[in-house]
Amino acid sequence: MTKNVHVGFISIMFVLLLLTAVFAGCTGTTPEQTPATTPAPAATTVAEKEKLLLATTTSLYDTGLLNYLEPKFEEKYNVDLLITSQGTGKAIELAKNGDADVLLVHSPSQEKAFMDGGNGLNRRTFAYNYFLIVGPENDPAGIKGMTPEEAFKTLMQKGKAGDTKVIFVSRGDNSGTHSAEKTIWKNAKYNYSVDVQKSGTWYVEAGKGMGETLQMASEKGAYTLTDEGTFLAYANNLNLVPIVSEGSSLLNLYSVMTVYNANQPPEKIQMANNFINFLISQETMADIGRYDMDKDGNKLSKNLFTPMTAGVPPGVTADFTTPATDVKPAAATT
Amino acid sequence: MIIGINLFSRGRLLRTFPELAHLNDITEGISQAIHLIVTLNPEVMQIAALSLYISLSATILAALIAIPVGGLIHFNEFYGKRALIVLIQTLYSVPTVVVGLVVYLMISRSGPLGFFGLLFTPEGMILGQTVLIIPIMMGLVISALGGVDRSISDTLIALGATGSQTIFEIIKEARYAILSAVVLGFGRAIAEVGVAMMIGGNIRGHTRVLTTAITLETGMGKFGFSIALGIILLAVALIVVVTLNLITSGLDQDTQQLAGGPRG
Repeated sequence: MTKNVHVGFISIMFVLLLLTAVFAGCTGTTPEQTPATTPAPAATTVAEKEKLLLATTTSLYDTGLLNYLEPKFEEKYNVDLLITSQGTGKAIELAKNGDADVLLVHSPSQEKAFMDGGNGLNRRTFAYNYFLIVGPENDPAGIKGMTPEEAFKTLMQKGKAGDTKVIFVSRGDNSGTHSAEKTIWKNAKYNYSVDVQKSGTWYVEAGKGMGETLQMASEKGAYTLTDEGTFLAYANNLNLVPIVSEGSSLLNLYSVMTVYNANQPPEKIQMANNFINFLISQETMADIGRYDMDKDGNKLSKNLFTPMTAGVPPGVTADFTTPATDVKPAAATT
Repeated sequence: MIIGINLFSRGRLLRTFPELAHLNDITEGISQAIHLIVTLNPEVMQIAALSLYISLSATILAALIAIPVGGLIHFNEFYGKRALIVLIQTLYSVPTVVVGLVVYLMISRSGPLGFFGLLFTPEGMILGQTVLIIPIMMGLVISALGGVDRSISDTLIALGATGSQTIFEIIKEARYAILSAVVLGFGRAIAEVGVAMMIGGNIRGHTRVLTTAITLETGMGKFGFSIALGIILLAVALIVVVTLNLITSGLDQDTQQLAGGPRG
């Protein structure tokens, strides 16, 4: 019996040992593989390099622009740029908790609240493109040529009247695109939560990212509001075309800001400022203006973004020239 | 290779019947998976290795906690034992996103464990997945031990075994069921996306694992590639499960010989 107990003990230890061996094997191979595999980012010298965490929105990340700029920035400042793409709401929440160092989003109203709350520094609006109302090519609601506000009004009237061909898919996720949609409803004199939400089956709240929302709209033969960058990147896989593309409320402004809170280490703030200065430099602006790849790396006929250096759209005040130098909120320094 | 050729002819068939286009994504996914594995695509291999490292670490950590604690719960009688087991079983159903969120709030820079800097690191993901799978492992360990026939422990005691000897024997009797608990824990860890996304942040080359990569690629409409990553995930799981089974059956032969014959 004692012998058996020993055997039992030894076998359990054996299992644990083997598991540890397997485990050690895995930990061993991971770093071995990494240098050979990912040469540019996050490889051999990760340990010594400073890390900068950028929180951004899925719609911007999915265009691939940041992956294209990342190695340039990393090389210039010898830093490891870590990019996490989340919905705008979540990205801002992460930044508020001090879990990100730089925030790059496209939702001016939410950004303003973030800055007013003392959570950010050095906000710079560096590029723009346009939101588009896209839909089926035959345009069942007949909204082509209308302003965005008229188009939304028409969609709602026809949708509520029971025209089954008129469907609008909303992001419904509090993202930058969703807040742009809400602004258009507001401009069209509708109360979003009362008049629009729950106004019928014609209004579908997807609660998903831009790419998935576009796919859903395409499958349903519905209309949706999308940013131009994501639409261009996906257009090949969609049965959707731009229906309304002009109107001041369709402007989509991209801004970057340093995350600030009392616990934020000064070197992180400095590196975040470096990132902003990198973005607004003449060179990077030119790179942004040249970016014309879809998500598969194919060249598109059109550039995805317009840098502010190429001309500020009318009616917009955007700071994109002042170097990012603040390390504390203005209230504390002045 | 033969499969590859079949798939391509299938592709031609699908062009004739475009309504089967979604099937095309699946066949394309299978051929892409084969291509990625055969060519050892560096980025995909790094992602797969990271998935394996994180989920296996979480499984080992969870097992080191769940098996002894599960044993303690089984072998001791105490007030509220049933309620505790019910609670553990209820936690099987906890959504991965909720675990991710709770662990996030703990390890956020503004959270109580913020100074460890675990957020958006593989180690943070190991912590999250460990928390996620402990209940399911512990609950199944308790069931496994409870499944050992009462007469065995009675016999052991009658034969004069000490308390610890009895415990070892019962654990040995239950080893296959305990292995199932470990395998199931590993399965939940490597397949989950909520914790990996919330704690890891899906950072390329740093915290991107197979499931978060699948989410990203699906969101970007690359269905074929997503299916390919799913197949690679299953291949990784197959290797782990086969290894665990080999270890256990190897053990079985040893113990059978030493114990003087096969058991029922």
